[in-house]
Amino acid sequence: MKLIDCAPGRRCQVDSLDLPLELSRRLEALGLIAGSTVAVLRKKGSRRLGAMIITVRGTRFAVSMKIAANITVRGEENAS
Amino acid sequence: MPHEISIGFAGNPNCGKTTLFNAYTGANLKVANWPGVTVEKKEGRFQFHNSDYRLVDLPGAYSLTCYTMEEQVTRQYILSDEVDVIIDVADASALQRNLYLTLQLIELGKPVILALNMMDIVEKRGMEIDTHRLPEMLGIPVIPVSARRKTGLDILMHAAAHHVGCPSDTPLIHHHGSEEAGSFTQSTRSRHRHQHHSEFAMVYSDLIEDKIDQLMDELQGRYPDLGNYRWYAIKLLEGDEEILEKYPVNRPDVLDRSYEPDIINQKYDFIDEIIQEVMVNKEEKSAVTDKADALLTHSILGLPVFLLIMALVFFLTFTVGDWLKEYFQMGLDLFSGGVLRWLEALGVAPMLTSLIVDGIITGVGGILTFLPNIIILFLALAFLEDSGYMARVAYVMDGIMGRLGLSGRAFIPMILGFGCSVPAIMASRALENKRDRYKTMLITPFMSCSARLPIYVLFSQMFFPDHAMLAAYSMYLLGVLVAVAAAFVMRLFDPEKKEGSGLLIELPEYKAPSAHTIFIYVWEKVKDYLTRAGTVIFVASIIMWALLNFGPSGYSTDMSNTFGSLLGRWLVPFFAPVGLGYWQIVVALIAGVSAKEVVVSSCAVLFSVNNVNSAAGMASLSAILGGMGFGPANALALMSFSLLYIPCAATLATIRKETGSWRWMIFAAVFQVAVAWAVSFVVYRLALLVW
Repeated sequence: MKLIDCAPGRRCQVDSLDLPLELSRRLEALGLIAGSTVAVLRKKGSRRLGAMIITVRGTRFAVSMKIAANITVRGEENAS
Repeated sequence: MPHEISIGFAGNPNCGKTTLFNAYTGANLKVANWPGVTVEKKEGRFQFHNSDYRLVDLPGAYSLTCYTMEEQVTRQYILSDEVDVIIDVADASALQRNLYLTLQLIELGKPVILALNMMDIVEKRGMEIDTHRLPEMLGIPVIPVSARRKTGLDILMHAAAHHVGCPSDTPLIHHHGSEEAGSFTQSTRSRHRHQHHSEFAMVYSDLIEDKIDQLMDELQGRYPDLGNYRWYAIKLLEGDEEILEKYPVNRPDVLDRSYEPDIINQKYDFIDEIIQEVMVNKEEKSAVTDKADALLTHSILGLPVFLLIMALVFFLTFTVGDWLKEYFQMGLDLFSGGVLRWLEALGVAPMLTSLIVDGIITGVGGILTFLPNIIILFLALAFLEDSGYMARVAYVMDGIMGRLGLSGRAFIPMILGFGCSVPAIMASRALENKRDRYKTMLITPFMSCSARLPIYVLFSQMFFPDHAMLAAYSMYLLGVLVAVAAAFVMRLFDPEKKEGSGLLIELPEYKAPSAHTIFIYVWEKVKDYLTRAGTVIFVASIIMWALLNFGPSGYSTDMSNTFGSLLGRWLVPFFAPVGLGYWQIVVALIAGVSAKEVVVSSCAVLFSVNNVNSAAGMASLSAILGGMGFGPANALALMSFSLLYIPCAATLATIRKETGSWRWMIFAAVFQVAVAWAVSFVVYRLALLVW
């Protein structure tokens, strides 16, 4: 599934990033790479225009749904 | 032995690097640009124990790739021999992410010291960091500090001074052992021919280390004067474009693919190891931030709460600010009167007296009276920024801004525009996308800046006495509407239809803003406003004075016989359809190009009314205007036109500086006059139907 489908309060593990090169590099520098764990805190807005707040390696980020729709993840069983 | 030590401050954004930097340099700063780029360079000086220190605040970055100008500038600077020591400032409460940059800095091969900032927060949360084990794992000195509490500052500087030349006083002691299978740093499993663990903090897998060796040999052969071959080898393996271009090697067998993901992953694995060993009680349930965010980023309540906060900011800016402004105005009048009497007593020529009093003091003084509003606005915004709330604004506004084709971050310059367009245009630097930046710069001046308020106040009180406040505030609304419409139209006609990459912004933990940081921030902005506005307006005031005091027959105190009035009359046909076909109004608007505050004072001078802000003055002015056929509809048209037309000279100068091109500045000016004319036309015609 994609990060955009991950429900608030759940964690998931990143499989791959399907994004323009510059953007995936920025995310990598922030620690969002294949294998890292992402926790979703909250979401707002529509699937097209909205945004979500996630935690990566201990830091909070606001990220647009557009970006989240292109990050493939797998869910973890334990919710936070 | 006093000599100068050069120290560079590096670190993630939001790690308190600038606060720490300011703690050493105070306001003793020099802000410029790095050569050839629009990245800000901050330099300061500082004396400590008989030595002089030159401190450079490098741009905040999460990494040292070649993808952004900030990172490139930082890399170049560190690689050059201009810096003796680097202080890597890390937020101790977010160590996991900050260490990524640390590892990269260490790999650059220059002396690095890790300053663990925000230790006070770490303690408060009951977390503990083993500050003895951490240096052993990284091989660099680690100094805990708190920039806000000002603890550890001396020790840090002392350590920095001693670390110049990078003596190996911090031995690397790794004992990789028991950890999970697959950890590449297990020395027991390594079959690589070198024993790197006592030499380098970051050791990669055998595969990568072998390739590094091969590349190092190549590089040493081809580029014998390079130095730090390991770093260049690693960059080549990562596929770093800048290095591949400058120092190519022909080894497609070694560089069969980009090893960037592997290298990044292994660095993070090592960081995980470090955190495991070094952090105790890392229960980072940061309760305060979560609770605050539950409200401030609530999917429904977030926006209303934001609007409320903004309303509060404006309330403070305009009510408290205006109250203070009265005192400024009184002071200015006293000063102006005093200078006039003094010049007359000295028998100075009337023309020169007029130049000084009517031209310079009135023009420049007008800018100064707005200082209270500006200061309060900046204070409020600095408070919101330093507390960490501004990042949330980008999140809350992102959806709406997205519909307009702008990023959530564009909202902040637009908010600043309500105070003064000059810092608003400067704030558009925060937008990474060039198109976004230019779009924002074009529409930000539509946000009614505080300089236009006197125009609204005067004309609403004269022509809409019962609804003056409403009339004035309707201009603010009109400005926002026009800005939104312009953004929307620009999006429709955008040839690239580039959607933009989307929002990605860090949300730092909330913290109580530091008075010191806010003071320096506000002081910098005010200084900028004063110097930039002051110099441009000074010149513009003189030009205006000349236009209004010289005519075909030389110096003339008869207003209607000057170059200014000739110009005004010549332009009347252009303004007539919009209800502004009166040469005095036209001249006042032209004068307003230097600064919007000047429009009111010009009207006073052009219609020969004294004390135009008093009840008597207003009465006589509205009588004069009424006699000329100028009514409520014209007043509305005038206010709309003032709202939207060319921004003041200081703003134009800022646009030129930020875009680096005269063409854009002229385009912006023409664009805004066109919009002003069109909107005022509609307003005037509609208003005629009513009044």
